[in-house]
Amino acid sequence: MKYILQRLAFYAVTAWAAITINFLIPRLMPGDPVEALMSRYQGQLDTTAIASLKALFGLDEHQSLWSQYTDYWSHLIDGDLGLSFTFFPTPVGEVISQSLPWTLALVGITTLISFLLGTGIGVYSGWRRGSWLDGLLPVTTFISAIPYFWLGLIAIALFAVKWQIFPAAGGYDNSLVPAFDWPFISSALYHGVLPGVTIVLSAIAGWILGMRNMMVTVSSEDYVMVAQAKGLSERRVMFSYAARNAVLPNISGFALSLGFIVGGTLLVEMVFSYPGIGYQLFQAVGAKDYPLMQGVFLIITLSVLAANLLADMAYALLDPRTRKEA
Amino acid sequence: MAVTTTDVVVTDSAPAASRARFRFLRGGKTRTGLLILAFFVLLAVAGPWIAPYDPDAMSDQLLQPPSADHWFGTTQTGQDVLSQILVGTRGVLLVGFLAGILATALSVLIGVSAGFLGGAADEILSMLSNIFLVIPGLPLIIIIASFVEDTGDLLIAAVIALTSWAWGARVLRAQTLSLRRRDYVEAARATGESTWRIILFEVMPNLTAVIASGFVGTVIFAVLSEITLAFIGVADISHWNWGTVLFWAQSNQALAQGAWWWFVPAGLCIALLGTALSLINFGIDEFVNPRLRTATGASRKVRMRVGFTPVARTAAPERPAPSGFTPVDRAGATQSPGEPAPPGTPESPGTPSKEPSA
Repeated sequence: MKYILQRLAFYAVTAWAAITINFLIPRLMPGDPVEALMSRYQGQLDTTAIASLKALFGLDEHQSLWSQYTDYWSHLIDGDLGLSFTFFPTPVGEVISQSLPWTLALVGITTLISFLLGTGIGVYSGWRRGSWLDGLLPVTTFISAIPYFWLGLIAIALFAVKWQIFPAAGGYDNSLVPAFDWPFISSALYHGVLPGVTIVLSAIAGWILGMRNMMVTVSSEDYVMVAQAKGLSERRVMFSYAARNAVLPNISGFALSLGFIVGGTLLVEMVFSYPGIGYQLFQAVGAKDYPLMQGVFLIITLSVLAANLLADMAYALLDPRTRKEA
Repeated sequence: MAVTTTDVVVTDSAPAASRARFRFLRGGKTRTGLLILAFFVLLAVAGPWIAPYDPDAMSDQLLQPPSADHWFGTTQTGQDVLSQILVGTRGVLLVGFLAGILATALSVLIGVSAGFLGGAADEILSMLSNIFLVIPGLPLIIIIASFVEDTGDLLIAAVIALTSWAWGARVLRAQTLSLRRRDYVEAARATGESTWRIILFEVMPNLTAVIASGFVGTVIFAVLSEITLAFIGVADISHWNWGTVLFWAQSNQALAQGAWWWFVPAGLCIALLGTALSLINFGIDEFVNPRLRTATGASRKVRMRVGFTPVARTAAPERPAPSGFTPVDRAGATQSPGEPAPPGTPESPGTPSKEPSA
C-alpha cells in the first residue's frame, strides 16, 4: 500500500510538472504567437477570440506571472482548454473528447497484443538461446529501426493502393453514422487493421529483446537449476520459474516505453488519417492551432501517467517484494 | 562526433594494448554496424559533391520510375530523389550526433552527480529524470519546435537533447551507485583525492560502456525524432533531410500515384542507419554482459544445454562481492547490464576489471 501511495505521489508531481511545462512553453518562447496568428488570419478572428488567446498565452501585460499561473489552473480545473482555431469556435476540450476514444482503443489494443506476443516470443527465444530463434533478432532490430510512420506508408502502398484489400485512410466508412451497432463497429475494426498491424510490428521488437535478455539472465539462476533438478517438466520450469521472474522488468519497462509507443501511434494516425488524437495534433501543427496542440499534449501526458499508474499496480500485484515493504 | 566513430575503427587495428580495450569491436554485429555507419558518415561528408543533380532543380522528367539517369526516380516536379537523399544525409547525421552529444553530456552530469553525491541532491535529480522519463517525448518536442520561429538544425538538436537525456541519467545513476562504495574508490578517497577527481578519473572510466550505449541509443532516438519533425512539417522544410523527402512525398500524394520510389529509399536509409546503431549498441551490451551473446559470437564452440548458460561456475563458487556488478535498480532497465559472468570466465572482459582485486 505504501508503494502505491508513493507512486501516486510521484505521478501527482509529474502531472504538476507537465502542466507547468505546458503553461511555461508559450511564455518562454521568443516572439508573439497571437500577433503571428492575427496576421495569418487577417481579421478572421474577432475581439473575444483575441482576448481569450491573450489570456491563454499570458500576453496580458497587466498580470504578473503568478496570477497568470493561478488563472491557468482555475481554467484547467473547469476543463477549459481554450478555443480551437481550426474548428473555431469549438472548445479544445470538445475536439479532444471526440477523438480520444479512437486513440485509446487503437493504442490499448495494439499495445496489449504486442506486449503479450513479444513477451511470449521473448520467453521462447531466451529459453532456447542459440536455436534458430536467435536469427529473429536481426530481423526485429531492423523492423524496430523503421519509423512507425514509414511502415504505415508502405502498408498503405501495398495493401490499400496496390492490392486494395484495406482502406487507406479514416476510422470508419463515411456513409455510416457513429453508433454502437454492428455495421459501424465492424467498419471501425476493418479500418483499424492496417494501423493496428503497423503499430504491433513496430512495437513488438522491444518486448522480444527485453524479455529475451531477462530470460537469459534468469535461466542461469540457482532456483531454475533446482527446479530442473527436481525433475519438473520443461514447460513448468520455463513458465512458472524462469519467465515469472523475468517478466517483472518487462512490466516496469512497459510503463517507461509507453510514452514512446504513444508517440509512434500519433504518427501512425497521421499517416492513416485515423480520427484519433494524433491526427488532430497533425492538423493543429499544420494550422498553427496552439490551443489545440497544448490541449492534446496535456491529455496525452495525463493518459500516459494514468496508464503508468495501472502498470505500477499490476507490478505490485505480481511482485510480493513491493507489498512486503508496507 | 562522426569523426570519433571512424577513429575508433582505426584503433581497432592498433597495437595490442588498445585492442583489449576495444575488444567489443571484434564482434560481427558491431563490425557490421560500424561499417554501415561509416558508409553514411562518408555520404554525409561527400553527399553534396557526389549528388548527380541539384536537389532543388526541377526538370521535365516528371514522376519517372528509377532509371539509369535517375537511380531513385524523380519527383512530381522532376527533382532527382537520389540527390535529395545524398544531400540530406548530412543534416540527419549532424542533428543526430549533436543531439546525442548534448543529451549524453546532460545525462552524465545529472546521473553521475545523483549517484555519487547521494542524499537530497540524489532525490531531487532522480525525481527530475523520472519526470522527464514519463512525459511522452515526441509530443513535447513537437510542441516546443512548433512554437519556435526559426527551426534550424542546431535548435532541433537542442530540443531533442533536452527531452531525451533522462533514460541515460537513470542508468548511469544506478551504475554509479554500485561503483561508489567499491574499495578502490574508498582508497582514492582515503588518499585525499578530491571528489571531482574521483568522479572523473576513478568512476567515469568504469562507466564508459554504459555512457557509450546511452549515446548510441540517444542518437537513434534523435534521428527518428528529427525525421519525424521534418515529416510532419514542423522543422524547416527548405533544408533537405530524409524526413523532408518523405514530407514532400506525402503532401504530393506519392502513395496514391503509386510513386513508391519517392518514399522507399528514404525509409530504407533511416532503417539501415537505425539498424547499424542498434547493432553497435548490442555489441556494447554484450561486452558489458557476456551472457547476452548469441551463439553466432565467440561462444559457438560451447554446446548449449537448454536453460543453462555456459558459465564457468566452478571457477567461482561464490560471487565475490567487489568484482560483480550489484544489480541496482534492475527493474525497468532492460538495457542495463545485469551481472557479468564470474571472474575466470575466459571471455569476460567486464568493465570494472581494471580495479585492484585486493
